[in-house]
Amino acid sequence: MSDVQASGSAETDYQRVERSDEFQSLRKAFRNFVFPMTALFLVWYLLYALMSTYAHEFMSIRVAGTITVGLIFGLLQFVSTFVITTLYARWANDKFDARAQALREEIEEGEL
Amino acid sequence: MNGTVMAAAATNVGNTWINIGIFAAFVVVTLIVVFRVSRQNKSAADFYAGGRNFTGTQNGTAIAGDYLSAASFLGIAGAIAVNGYDGFLYSIGFLVAWLVALLLVAELLRNTGKFTMADVLSFRLKQRPIRMAAALSTLAVVFFYLLAQMAGAGGLVALLLGITDKGGQGLVIAVVGALMILYVLVGGMKGTTWVQIIKATLLILGAGAMTIWVLARFGFNLSAVMQEAVNMAGENGEAILEPGLQYGASAISQLDFLSLALALVLGTAGLPHVLMRFYTVPSAKEARKSVVVAIWLIGIFYLFTLVLGYGAGALVGPEAILAAPGGQNSAAPLLAFELGGEILLGIIAAVAFATILAVVAGLTITAAASFSHDIYASIIKKGQVSPDGEVRVARWTVVVIGIIAIIGGIFANGQNIAFLVALAFCVAAAANLPTIIYSLFWKRFNTSGALWSIYGGLISTVVLIIFSPVVSGKPADPVTGLSKSMISNPDIDFHWFPLDNPGIVTIPLAFLLGIVGTYLSKEQSHPEKYAEMEVRSLTGAGAEKAVSH
Repeated sequence: MSDVQASGSAETDYQRVERSDEFQSLRKAFRNFVFPMTALFLVWYLLYALMSTYAHEFMSIRVAGTITVGLIFGLLQFVSTFVITTLYARWANDKFDARAQALREEIEEGEL
Repeated sequence: MNGTVMAAAATNVGNTWINIGIFAAFVVVTLIVVFRVSRQNKSAADFYAGGRNFTGTQNGTAIAGDYLSAASFLGIAGAIAVNGYDGFLYSIGFLVAWLVALLLVAELLRNTGKFTMADVLSFRLKQRPIRMAAALSTLAVVFFYLLAQMAGAGGLVALLLGITDKGGQGLVIAVVGALMILYVLVGGMKGTTWVQIIKATLLILGAGAMTIWVLARFGFNLSAVMQEAVNMAGENGEAILEPGLQYGASAISQLDFLSLALALVLGTAGLPHVLMRFYTVPSAKEARKSVVVAIWLIGIFYLFTLVLGYGAGALVGPEAILAAPGGQNSAAPLLAFELGGEILLGIIAAVAFATILAVVAGLTITAAASFSHDIYASIIKKGQVSPDGEVRVARWTVVVIGIIAIIGGIFANGQNIAFLVALAFCVAAAANLPTIIYSLFWKRFNTSGALWSIYGGLISTVVLIIFSPVVSGKPADPVTGLSKSMISNPDIDFHWFPLDNPGIVTIPLAFLLGIVGTYLSKEQSHPEKYAEMEVRSLTGAGAEKAVSH
């Protein structure tokens, strides 16, 4: 923090960075990824919770042997969690980190 | 075929000395590790955050260790064995919740904070009131969670050491508490983290071995395991395959389940001992990796508990489980005995004990950090305190919390431990999560909104629980004549809130209060502070560095 000197103007260095196109597009990329993904898994989970609570008959249908629709639906929650985790980690490692890192170096070297 | 187990379960199962021996071996090994790793504990960053030098994989394993508490392991396996599908629902909420931490919280928190949740919240809000509020809600969550773990210790003692009188159980709870104090005092965050890593590894390997064993008995056919569980459950056994056995009885209990589901999925990312773990790694990238590793480990573990739960139902049977001391929580240990006899039971018992020990240690260091860093250093001393002084207070806090945990554990002995954990999640979701999300993502958010949300969420949750059937007013059991509420005298009934889990009311309320409080205040906004926070949270500029030795 100390390497970012407050400038004389009313606007701080961080505000200038925040306004910059580079930061705005980084922020947009981040929010465009995590917000829809969060909405998706929350809705998917709530759907599961609601079905388990109010659609007993549907969830109790036997698919094979003792395996019910509810069990498969539940296991799909595991699958979706693993998939979203992997997608996010891959996106963040491949697409996000380099940009954030570049911006960070510029800030810490006081170039912005 | 289960007569032997049932007879044995009525007194105790397994060989007490094997159980104690294996547990003692765990204690000795972990103590050696703790002593070795803690030689370099010098600064506050060492004590609270393990020098920020753990790798993502190590920290992820430790997170799994923190999260897979006795309630997860014993509670969920037991709930599936007895209530079937409804027990499984628990584990799904516990797992999906990690996506909130992964996508919205972990990295941004690592980039903006230092040791505690309050560090992030007070970044652009007024220091002292926010730290106070955040510390109080942290302490409340930790208190409920601690009680749950310590209460579980009592039940476990009953089952595994054959100690049935409350005095003897109390003594063992005191020993567990004293050991925990030792770990945390000597090891700080570094030692605690290593205890978590060792325990998580043992727990997951143990559960994995038992899972394969159960499946092998049934030709690796999950459906066959469940079929046998249905047969063992007797009349109406098919119900364990379907939702509704535990929560489907009435419209109220259905609402109760939805409420629980909400608290589970939103609570995790507000648990202070989980949040604190994100500070033990050197960067946001490693924080992300921690969560990824934790999600895989926790997810795989819950898949194991599904098999173990139905396996216990199939091989031990719900009757024998409920008749055993420790009740539902004894499903996994009894299954271990059925599969591998005294030795496997001893190993699983030791792992379960270690679980309680490790989770309690993690909780204690969180509470100590919160008290010392937020209340003592920032509020009482107004920041005028040396890091050494702060750590000294933290160490004393560890002792005090340890003693509270022991006393609380003795009093809570025998309570249903899964519900206490659900309670902690509810407070975390209502009092902590809204403020964390708002302060990271909402520019207009201010101190007033944060205080409304934290105190509103905390107070509404605690009040509704006090006046819920959890505390008083559940119908008396026809056999014992005792109520299943915390106050077991059925004549005392002051409940007016119908649900056990208040989350469905208090979580939306806390989110709403955050907005209302924000707009009602004329407080000056600090666009420059928000700019700094936002830039730092996304880029990692100016984030706390790892300590180099």
